[in-house]
Amino acid sequence: MSTTAVTSPIDEVKTTPWAGGRSPFSVEYGKMMMWFFLLSDAFTFSSLLIAYGALRFSAPAWPAADHIFQSVPLTSIEHGAPLVFVGIMTFILIMSSVTMVLGVEAGHRGARKEVAWWMVATVIGGFMFLGCQALEWSHLFHEGFGWGKMPKEIGEFFPEGTKPSAVYTQQFANLFFTITGFHGFHVFTGVIINIIILVNVLIGTYDRRGTYGMVEKVGLYWHFVDLVWVFVFTFFYLV
Amino acid sequence: MSEIKHTEIHEEHAEHDTMTRKKIWNVFFVLLGITAVEFFIALYLVPKNIVPIHVANPIYIVLTLAKAFYIVAYFMHLKFEKIGLVYSILVPTLFIIGLILVLTNESHHWVDLR
Repeated sequence: MSTTAVTSPIDEVKTTPWAGGRSPFSVEYGKMMMWFFLLSDAFTFSSLLIAYGALRFSAPAWPAADHIFQSVPLTSIEHGAPLVFVGIMTFILIMSSVTMVLGVEAGHRGARKEVAWWMVATVIGGFMFLGCQALEWSHLFHEGFGWGKMPKEIGEFFPEGTKPSAVYTQQFANLFFTITGFHGFHVFTGVIINIIILVNVLIGTYDRRGTYGMVEKVGLYWHFVDLVWVFVFTFFYLV
Repeated sequence: MSEIKHTEIHEEHAEHDTMTRKKIWNVFFVLLGITAVEFFIALYLVPKNIVPIHVANPIYIVLTLAKAFYIVAYFMHLKFEKIGLVYSILVPTLFIIGLILVLTNESHHWVDLR
């Protein structure tokens, strides 16, 4: 007697993402944790930027960015070139984000040499950005800005028709150094981690492991640093 | 003999749907273009009084959010992840909007206190 195949719903094996037996997000543990870390870091940065926004909103007059950032360090331009230097910094950081994502792409193909070259380019981009930030900071220090410090003559930093205020100039300086400093610290750690990954690529760790997933995770961190800069750039230099 | 019936559902994002070198450079030029537009507004349109600053500021913010979208979606690859992961990252960022609303409101009261 032949039995025909009877399938009751209870015999069905579900293979939907949430049916169990596999990762529903189909990403590595480390990559998911990197995402959640970045989410928490996004909260930290947005708290800082929103605090800056709240203080600025409540101030009757606020120093104008293009009156403060007028010079291009390493050149003889001291005045009349607003935003030029920060434009260069923005370009460097976007560029290093591109080299990073090209490295990740090469990692998917398992091309060790290509990954290594793109990582070298990313590290160089990171150091260039840090160098630019060091130049900008030292320039501002020479002008008299700092945490709890500001130049004696502040009238030139305020837009025409507003009353110059020492309190708000000081708030601006403190917030500027804190937020760009915190971002710069992230860039610095990103460069260090990129160097560690580069060494591991060169000695073949990820070839032995069979996956370049680590490059991807560090890439996420590096892009996040770029993402934060996009916001810092807008809210400190443009708005 | 009972057959095991598999109920396959199609994944919304196939494996091949990912970043290629061409796409990476496309995104780069989008980011560069948006930044160039921001500089054009900040260095030309606003100083020449073609666009007042209170119109330029919302434009900057929209352009910034556009850049953020391109970085997160393409460079950070979030567009190609499973929809569950996308939501678990994006939905909590609503708290940031909450903090913006609360502190903006609060800062208007600080004006009165000064």
